[in-house]
Amino acid sequence: MTESTYRIQGATGDWEVVIGLEVHAQITSNAKLFSGASTEFGAEPNTQVSLVDAAMPGMLPVPNQECVRQAVRTGLALNAEIHKYSRFDRKNYFYADLPQGYQISQLYHPIVGEGVIEVALDEKDPDSAVKEIGVERIHIEQDAGKLMHDQHPTMSYVDLNRSGVALMEIVSRPDMRSPVEAGAYVKKLRSILRYVGSCDGNMEQGSMRADVNVSVRRPGGELGIRTETKNVNSVRFVQQVIEIEANRQVDVLEAGGEIVQETRLYDPDRNETRSMRSKEDAHDYRYFPDPDLLPLELTDDFIADCKASLPELPDAKRKRYESELGLTAYNAAVLTAEAETARAFEVLLKETAAKQGKAEADVATQVANWSLSIAPGVQKALEVTADHENNTPAANAAILAMVAGGSVSGGQAKEIYEIVLKTGRDAEEIADTEGLKQTSDTGAIEAEIEKILEANADKVEEYRGGKDKLFGFFVGQTMKAMQGKANPQVVNELLKKILG
Amino acid sequence: MTNITDLGVKAIRDGVREGTFSAREVTEAFNANVAAGKQLNAFLVETPEHALAAADAADKARAAGEELAPMAGVPIGMKDLFCTEGVATTAASHILEGFTPQYESTVSANLWKAGAGMLGKLNMDQFAMGSSNETSAFGNVISPWRRNDGGNTDLAPGGSSGGSASAVSGRLCPAATGTDTGGSIRQPAAFVGISGIKPTYGRCSRWGVVAFASSLDQAGPMAHDVTDCAIMLQAMAGFDPKDATSLDLPVPDWESALSSDLKGKRVGIPKEYRIDGTPAEINELWDKGAEWLKDAGAEIVEISLPHTKYALPAYYIIAPAEASSNLARYDGVRYGTRELPDGAGLQDMYAATRAEGFGPEVKRRIMIGTYVLSAGFYDAYYTQAQKVRTLIARDFEAAWEHCDVILAPTAPSAAFGLGEKADDPLAMYLNDVFAVPASLAGLPAMSVPGGLDGQGLPLGLQIVGKALDEQSVLNAGLAIEQRAGFTARPDKWW
Repeated sequence: MTESTYRIQGATGDWEVVIGLEVHAQITSNAKLFSGASTEFGAEPNTQVSLVDAAMPGMLPVPNQECVRQAVRTGLALNAEIHKYSRFDRKNYFYADLPQGYQISQLYHPIVGEGVIEVALDEKDPDSAVKEIGVERIHIEQDAGKLMHDQHPTMSYVDLNRSGVALMEIVSRPDMRSPVEAGAYVKKLRSILRYVGSCDGNMEQGSMRADVNVSVRRPGGELGIRTETKNVNSVRFVQQVIEIEANRQVDVLEAGGEIVQETRLYDPDRNETRSMRSKEDAHDYRYFPDPDLLPLELTDDFIADCKASLPELPDAKRKRYESELGLTAYNAAVLTAEAETARAFEVLLKETAAKQGKAEADVATQVANWSLSIAPGVQKALEVTADHENNTPAANAAILAMVAGGSVSGGQAKEIYEIVLKTGRDAEEIADTEGLKQTSDTGAIEAEIEKILEANADKVEEYRGGKDKLFGFFVGQTMKAMQGKANPQVVNELLKKILG
Repeated sequence: MTNITDLGVKAIRDGVREGTFSAREVTEAFNANVAAGKQLNAFLVETPEHALAAADAADKARAAGEELAPMAGVPIGMKDLFCTEGVATTAASHILEGFTPQYESTVSANLWKAGAGMLGKLNMDQFAMGSSNETSAFGNVISPWRRNDGGNTDLAPGGSSGGSASAVSGRLCPAATGTDTGGSIRQPAAFVGISGIKPTYGRCSRWGVVAFASSLDQAGPMAHDVTDCAIMLQAMAGFDPKDATSLDLPVPDWESALSSDLKGKRVGIPKEYRIDGTPAEINELWDKGAEWLKDAGAEIVEISLPHTKYALPAYYIIAPAEASSNLARYDGVRYGTRELPDGAGLQDMYAATRAEGFGPEVKRRIMIGTYVLSAGFYDAYYTQAQKVRTLIARDFEAAWEHCDVILAPTAPSAAFGLGEKADDPLAMYLNDVFAVPASLAGLPAMSVPGGLDGQGLPLGLQIVGKALDEQSVLNAGLAIEQRAGFTARPDKWW
């Protein structure tokens, strides 16, 4: 466990920041939590609203089993306690985006209890600084609708498409001590959710957002009063909110003031937080068990099925990449951070190993370097993304096989890849017809070397007299004579042999 | 032949099947009685076409030689708590004025599937909150009954299913749906001398029924006799995947298994139901009821339900608590009444809409419910009431060791005059004292008429059964019915 040294330097000394996050993650499901309406993002307002979502008289909620399953799978992925008995409660308050006048949530008996997330604080060296952040609970609840204030000069409109969409609220312990830790936690949580497939983690579309609880104290001292900044929707904003809020609190305290327990809003345009409502104005939500719903009772078989359905999770995968594939800790960490990256890597790894007739471990480093730096560089230059239709595993594997076999140089590989992406042509055919091959024909190379040594007899003399630097000159001349198509390794070997 | 509107569900069903009369004749006769019965104020909406369409379908099916559905040709009244597609549904509240559902409640849909037709929507206590039908936003329902003192005091039909009670008793319909949260089927049935059963919680789907208190609300039939109740309940009940509290069980054929032979059955008489101040006539009828059941072969045993006295207070915490939340959706945003004073913001609109839309009794219960759920009071009221509810359910569990059904009065008094208790909510709440325990325990319970009191007004007897054992309740009801010989009916004055 690593202790954070992050401090706010106040006029009166150092302050430690204490952070807890409540992350709202939209559960991936076709239908809403208690109705059959669709959850697809971006539909026309009020086109995905059932009678239940609009809270028509006499309508009743019926739990969507898929949402329950995804919450349990998420809990299992966080090594959390799964509560076989949980219950839905009503959180009562009036607002125009809340048609029922209450949100169905789980206050008293959440479906998932204590769990833990391990976060790496140094991406370059993920094994060196690991911190465990406690997860207090995960509960399932309904999302609210959305008010639209820009549709009419004097009235607000309501869009209920989101009303009733299933959310998981993942509540951390106040275990984070710096913006970096909080950012790492959100990224890691998002990664796990995406691996599990229980949330798409898309913060821009609002399918993941965080309520950020911040307080400050003297290092190791009594906990301070916290504020909660609602609905923060990017990792960067989470970190900014913590910085701004911690500094604001320090200023208030050092000026002799007191922190008010309150709900705040983040304004990214002004990069400031503003008070939304204080504790005195806080709603009395009058939670009570929803009488329309029976308690959720999970069987051992159901939980076992959820567990069996989990994929290999990022931590396990990263460790396996290091131990079995021999990748560096950094490469393993980067390749496993996102489920899609790891998936693409594994597909290419398999294809490459098969193509070259080698074990995966023997080609893993080649594939990792290609996947992490070479291929993305070419894609970036061409302004295409990895999901480009010509970017097939077969084409990539073919290029890698030619490189490994020595018939194509690293530079030629990039050129071939560029043409593949642009045209979709066959990589081997490109190498042949575009002359993007290097020769390892020792006879041809030797012949050129002989000519060069003859023409530069003085330099040969100097080299043999101890001027080692000249070796590069001979290599350059040979490559030039070979029009860049000689295998540099072969050139090196032959030159060394002939020069003695 | 007797007047066709004197007939009940079974007689109409059988008569239509046998061709004694057509379904159209039946429905036209009842439509005429509905039209002539406006003084009772039992109907909020009349739907003669709906009833006629069902009748014609029954006649057509019969002419084609098809097998008729279980209630083919029987027109009924529908309590206005049930959402009916294309027919205004208000729960007798201003706040739902102008609301016409685009959907049909499961129970009403089941009835239409069984061949019944709808004569209209029946008046009721607003949001089913009341015991006298005086809380309707659309005027009191008047009982067809009059005291035998020669006066013409308007009497309460009971509540909340007061329109159903008045309409069945006054022969405006042969049967009607009711809903029972804390006695709203049984007490009005008793007040007007008809039968009514609240089945086990979960038998009838609550989908499409305007919610009062979700953990207590149950639909059930109100009709002239036990057999009619059995037939109609069979049509109403059934598992509904749209209601998470619906029971996933087959619906028994209660009608076929009706039997008034109670040999081997034990009937419990709960000593805690002997409450001071209960009129002697009611206790006498209770004793008589026990005698009748004994005569039918049952053994009478005294039982104890020790937590009975806490039932009413617990009920008046739990039901308002749920109601305060269930009624939050009536906010003026999407349907029904909207009050938007000049310059009003959202909160102002809520306040104005709800102040205008809800009646005083509804507001009272929303306030009670909001209070008992609020921070600092929740444990003292709501949690405590739930504990009491558990204890009451255990009382019944223990009682079933000694008996199969329980016999008790339905209500502590006969019908009272309109206005007599209107300004004393507590006195009004006491009307539910015998009805509420079975509601809290989710048990089937029915009221059957037992006789008349000294004023010539009907008194009911209540039978409570084990969960899912509607059959024993109906059978005991039948045994009483056969021995009570209750044939009294109100003289038509309207």
